[in-house]
Amino acid sequence: MDFIGAYSVGNLSYLLKGFLITLEVAVISIILSFVIGSLLGTLRYAKIPVSSKIVAVIVETIRNSPLLLIIFFSYFGLREVGLKLEIMPAAIMALTIFESAMISEIVRSGLNSIEKGQIEAARSSGLTYIQTMWHIILPQALKRMIPPLVSQFISLLKDTSLAVVIALPEMLHNAQGIYNGNVTYVIPIFILVALIYFIVNYCLSLVARALEKRLDTNQKDGKNGNRRIRAASLSG
Amino acid sequence: MLNFSILTKYFDLYFQGFLTTIEVSIIGLICSFILGVIVAVMRIAPLRILNWIGTCFVEFIRNIPLILIVFFFYYGLSNYINLSGFAAGTIGLTIYTAAFIAEAVRAGIQSVDKGQMEAARSSGLTYIQAMKHIVLPQAIKIVIPPIGNQFINLVKNSSILGLVAGMELMYFADYVHEKTWISFDTYIFAALFYLVLTIPLSFFVNRSEKRLARSY
Repeated sequence: MDFIGAYSVGNLSYLLKGFLITLEVAVISIILSFVIGSLLGTLRYAKIPVSSKIVAVIVETIRNSPLLLIIFFSYFGLREVGLKLEIMPAAIMALTIFESAMISEIVRSGLNSIEKGQIEAARSSGLTYIQTMWHIILPQALKRMIPPLVSQFISLLKDTSLAVVIALPEMLHNAQGIYNGNVTYVIPIFILVALIYFIVNYCLSLVARALEKRLDTNQKDGKNGNRRIRAASLSG
Repeated sequence: MLNFSILTKYFDLYFQGFLTTIEVSIIGLICSFILGVIVAVMRIAPLRILNWIGTCFVEFIRNIPLILIVFFFYYGLSNYINLSGFAAGTIGLTIYTAAFIAEAVRAGIQSVDKGQMEAARSSGLTYIQAMKHIVLPQAIKIVIPPIGNQFINLVKNSSILGLVAGMELMYFADYVHEKTWISFDTYIFAALFYLVLTIPLSFFVNRSEKRLARSY
């Protein structure tokens, strides 16, 4: 184990470069998946006869498949049917597909956690369905969704490392580049990468927990709702 | 349309990988459950140092990628002990999943009202009796759905063994891909094998979640 050699300035900046790619891919993917996931989640929540069922089948299929398989599929599989993506777009696409399905469940359980009586009350006071959703249900649901969304971002950051299999130049890929040149660097580099991941994700998880606590004290019935959402977002 | 000749021609390989995936998942579940319960008990035990160790384990493992843990055991330790891909992958999966199970078990035990323990103790039961007969039976009910979720994740995460020559489904999917150079169908078939495992599991978990919600 050669810690001093492994942590040379050149190696560190190379790792950092990889981390920036990790961050970039994760941020782009979470934004895209939030948009798509909200759409899918709302569609499933609204119980529109056929489309809700179709969305349910798609979401459950994706949620129950390994992400690694989806990554391979986006990069190699889609090539065969004419969609030739570069490495980075393929990685973003795979992560977006997977996370959209996950986030749609967060959105759906967030919406479900709002009492049905609120819809009835709003509707009977004269608001239309769309107005009710926009002014009454969504603002409350969104607030409850924030902590599980932060947790989801943590798993997305971790999952981005899987894109190493299609040679996305993210942190783990660059780490491999470093230790492939010198076997004594393997453990020091692994420790460093783990620490970087830990520090970033732990800080994010503290943010998620603080937000959760604030919500719990803000709303009396928040605790129950949040627990249900958290159960939906528990992902490894 | 899908090219089913791949499936028929390589069915033996797919099936062999499928069985290994089941094997890894079951070994992983049992080991990570045991490790997870130990860590959970450490976190609530009335001893500061144990709490601290348990918390460090859970927080550290939960916040780093699984692939890093598996690679550590496979590549990182290769100079010291030579673990097979299967062993390195299973150890990595076990440690990773244990951290999540520990959290679920701890939350389950703590969700049982403290009054129950006090009532049991004041009616003459010892701490262990109270834990065994009063607290744990109630906690188990709460803990089953999240552990079911972790089992689904475990099955999906076992695909990581494919990257360290773990001879499971993902590994053979890659093998078939290299043999045929047809990737679209190859990966779709592999996904079907995974879904055969995960869809019934998630159905079961959803049902037990609903039943639990109703019992409140």
